[in-house]
Amino acid sequence: MSDYKTISMDLDSDGILTLTIDVPNQGMNVWDEHLMSEFPHFVDRLLEDDDVKGAVICSGRDNAFMAGADLRMLEQNSGELNKESFEQGMTLNRLFRRMETGGHTVRQMQREGKKAKPVAVAVEGLALGGGLELVLACHHRVVADNPKIKLGLPEVLVGLLPGGGGTQRTPRLVGLQNAAMMCTQGKNLDPKKALAQGLINEVVEAGKTVDAAKAWVKDNVKGVLQPWDVKGFKVPGGAGSMNPKAVQFFMAANAMALKESKNNYPAIKAIMSCLYEGTSVPMDTAIAIEVKYFCKLLADPVAKNMIRTLFVNKQAAEKGAQRPEGIATIDIKKVGVLGAGLMGSGIAHVTAKAGMEVISLDRSMEEAEKSVAYTKKILDKNVSRGRMTQEKADAFLARITPTDNYDDLKDVDLIIEAVFERPDVKADVIKKTEAVIGKEVVFASNTSTLPIGGLAKNSSRPDQFIGMHFFSPVEKMPLLEIIPHEGTGDLALAAAFDYNKKIRKTPIVVKDVRGFFTNRVFPPYANEASLLVTEGVSMALIENCASLLGLPIGPLAVTDETTLKLGYDIMTSTKEEMGDDYEPTGSEEFYENMVTKWDRAGRRFGAGFYDYDEDGKRLGLWKGMSDHYPLAEEQPSAEEVMERLLYAQLIPTAKCYAEGVVPDPQSADLGAIFGWGFPPYTGGPLSYIDTIGLEAFVRTADNLAQRHGARFTPPQMFRDKAKAGDTIYEKKTKSGKKAA
Amino acid sequence: MTEAYIYDAVRTPRGKGKSDGSLHEITALNLSVQVLQALRDRNNIDSAEIEDVALGCVSPVGEQGAVITRTAVMNAGYAQTTGGIQVNRFCASGLEASNIAAAKVMSGECDLAIGGGVESMSRVPMGSDGGAWPTDPASAFHNYFVPQGVSADLIATKYGFSRDDVDAYAVESHKRAKKAWDEGRFSKSIMPVKDVMGVTVLDHDETIRPETDMQSLGALNPSFKMMGENFGFNGVAIQKYPEVENINHVHHAGNSSGIVDGAAGLLIGNKEVGERLGLKPRARIRSMASIGSEPTIMLTGPEFAAKKALKRAGMNVNDIDIYELNEAFAAVVLRFMQALDIDHNDINVNGGAIAMGHPLGATGAMILGTMVDELERSDKETSLVTLCIGGGMGTATIIERV
Repeated sequence: MSDYKTISMDLDSDGILTLTIDVPNQGMNVWDEHLMSEFPHFVDRLLEDDDVKGAVICSGRDNAFMAGADLRMLEQNSGELNKESFEQGMTLNRLFRRMETGGHTVRQMQREGKKAKPVAVAVEGLALGGGLELVLACHHRVVADNPKIKLGLPEVLVGLLPGGGGTQRTPRLVGLQNAAMMCTQGKNLDPKKALAQGLINEVVEAGKTVDAAKAWVKDNVKGVLQPWDVKGFKVPGGAGSMNPKAVQFFMAANAMALKESKNNYPAIKAIMSCLYEGTSVPMDTAIAIEVKYFCKLLADPVAKNMIRTLFVNKQAAEKGAQRPEGIATIDIKKVGVLGAGLMGSGIAHVTAKAGMEVISLDRSMEEAEKSVAYTKKILDKNVSRGRMTQEKADAFLARITPTDNYDDLKDVDLIIEAVFERPDVKADVIKKTEAVIGKEVVFASNTSTLPIGGLAKNSSRPDQFIGMHFFSPVEKMPLLEIIPHEGTGDLALAAAFDYNKKIRKTPIVVKDVRGFFTNRVFPPYANEASLLVTEGVSMALIENCASLLGLPIGPLAVTDETTLKLGYDIMTSTKEEMGDDYEPTGSEEFYENMVTKWDRAGRRFGAGFYDYDEDGKRLGLWKGMSDHYPLAEEQPSAEEVMERLLYAQLIPTAKCYAEGVVPDPQSADLGAIFGWGFPPYTGGPLSYIDTIGLEAFVRTADNLAQRHGARFTPPQMFRDKAKAGDTIYEKKTKSGKKAA
Repeated sequence: MTEAYIYDAVRTPRGKGKSDGSLHEITALNLSVQVLQALRDRNNIDSAEIEDVALGCVSPVGEQGAVITRTAVMNAGYAQTTGGIQVNRFCASGLEASNIAAAKVMSGECDLAIGGGVESMSRVPMGSDGGAWPTDPASAFHNYFVPQGVSADLIATKYGFSRDDVDAYAVESHKRAKKAWDEGRFSKSIMPVKDVMGVTVLDHDETIRPETDMQSLGALNPSFKMMGENFGFNGVAIQKYPEVENINHVHHAGNSSGIVDGAAGLLIGNKEVGERLGLKPRARIRSMASIGSEPTIMLTGPEFAAKKALKRAGMNVNDIDIYELNEAFAAVVLRFMQALDIDHNDINVNGGAIAMGHPLGATGAMILGTMVDELERSDKETSLVTLCIGGGMGTATIIERV
């Protein structure tokens, strides 16, 4: 029986069968097709072999118990709603039920006294999603005492629900409230919290979980039942539509979930429904309810889009899908960060956080020290909140060395420049730096406005010169735009990726054009909001419509943050640079008025679209706006405003793709979601255009262009694709294989 | 079609709907029995003549469950041939029950019937029946459910009623209720409630506070602010009304309807039965209407129900002498006045639920009876009675003095 690929079974002298799961060719244990086909053999043996008195399940991997299901397996799912897909969803659930009931019916368990052979699970590493669901289906759950072990159900983050009984066993163990937190927010618990809530039964010293699990099995060989299979079982804290606590919980939880999700995330609603409908029926019915909702989600484009972008493509990008092949990994241990302003300090912080040494250079020690202060402030907060020990904080801070002396850069492995955004300043810094650093060292420039090719002209080795566009605040924003200019060589690109792998951002490669990718799309969107204001549309309507679309913050609030002054300055300089080629945005006068006449240049200046108090706290939308731009008597519908705000992002993204600013749809989608917060449920703008359908997209865009201006005209490439019945992403056939 | 006439109307006084309220010891069954007995005995009729009884009840569970009406009919000593049906249209249940009784008469199903309602809010608290609407995610997400108080505050925000506006309305409600009582305007219909010994436990509406003024109301904290802000309901409401920046929470215990216990009933029949039994018709039902409206703002239905009832009666807004709209929340009435351009002097002339309370299942029947009395007292001809309703509905009835 040793020809299993993913499991091994060992029967000891006490009659305890140990199942060790070790799935090959996967970073961590996951439910893949092999494990799915072999796990039934374990359940069969457990139930049918009389020598087996009970079982212990453990992982053969050090890093994890099990990380969930192989989402790529789900991506292949036909997504059809029929008996077949339901049966498919029930397969693993039936195995779990067979294991926890010993194959007995509810009648046999509750009236005839039948019990199941005890199964305990020994968890030494993380158990997420389908991994945790296996844990929950075991009778006794032992977890190692290691606060780093994550226990959670993150399916919701890719638009799914835990479809292996997760929405049903959690409320029956920890009550509705805790279960809803786990399932609708996808947040993890550490072992101690899980124990306190009652999700698991024991926390023991690391390395001792199998012993503890065996000991429990030995004590329970007479047979056990899950609490929910015992007659008279009640959900802890109550459930059911006549239970006042459950009623109160659902009223508030529904509203909170709706407030956050805006009905854009079907999974959140489906999970709430599973909790509501499932907790007042027996487990077998409950599981069937969950599987049906799971199938519905799987058939929904939201889950497909989220899985593709947020899981498959994000992982691929982070693994370095765009890194050039044939160049050995560059081991970056020490980084020179030039400039200790806001961006430089942030870059120094994430670099030191990843364990690298940082030489933080600025023109004076006083300036350079600012990056140390920046990190110290964050670390102090972490220490005071108990999230970090003082020792670790000290070691972290010690990795950042401030200096005003270029000689200190001589042995760095990479340069990241983040000095003032002026070509002459940058040119000077490039020259001084290249005079001291090693010949092989790559020079990366962090800029959001200056063309990399232009800066590279100041470099003596332009092939080692590359752009890296970080977002502010660097330690929070997840995206990194990597910008090779025309002469950038593979080494520089490889170095950028190897550095990024350490700081763990999501990288996309972007063409060296004005604004790169994100700053080509976001300004037209913000501008559309300003245009709406000048048309007399209520500012509350504009902000709320952005929120309804799923954007984390309204475009007017964001513009206040980045300041209208910045918008105005860019507008002015662009106009100067481009001369006759300048394409008016239509809001030039508005920006000029806001900045130069009405004293509303943005939050930093005390006032913008919103009023602010002295601490910069947002008070409310500026009532005086209607004195200048009177509210239109007839306000547009929310749908109209949403459409304009959406297409003001879709069209510029489409143009970037058509013009090759981003190399592929994946990069555009990742950049949009992680760069400016484009709603994740869409899978990104290009995924969403596929969801809308290219033909409908072109039609709506043309319609908007006719009513509101040529800025909405879709690029020819999209027109052609629509005509050809094409899609942006490759179509997949029903069997999941890529179409020819 | 047969005309339906109101021959009589009775109601209990309204007792504070808490454990220290005067009617707390009286069951909903007992309240209903006393109303049914009064209608029979005041009119000196054989109960076998009353063919069916419809009573509104909004939390029909526990002692209000299992068709409370039929139980009340039997315990009132009615003939066993009299039927009983319990009606639930939330806050308009009592009016809907009267409309059902009238419809039975109009359609020829019955010659004589009773419509009314009962609610012992102190004994069977509001919400005791649970319900899918707010709790089942399938409904809550689909319908953008928010509690009524948040809806009322949304009305105030959207239609521009300030805290002062709603408080001033509430002060006036108490004043009018006090005056109505002082002048005995309710005396025709009020039926004191007796305990099991037959001793009167309550003979007046218990919650009127004539001393209420802007200052005393100004001291009250908004009731729905925390609910709206902390439990996500404001966020939900704004998704449906994205033109609203923030919800202005103006309603509180002093400008919303009070929680009370009470019951009411109207004797409704055709012309012939009145003549045969020697009953004098007091008012004729001109038209009736129920509608559905947007459920998140929820309480704007009366405007549309009124318009529909007016249309069905071939009347317009100015043809109505006095309006009666249940004072669920002050902003509901202010919005109705604004929408139909009705003068405050022509609506809720004897005060309303802000002063006297809103026994959910009974209120519609109570205010319909109040209008029968008021048309006679003030020598006016027509009245439109309406209520706002949970889930976004409205029910309205137009009566004409005979």
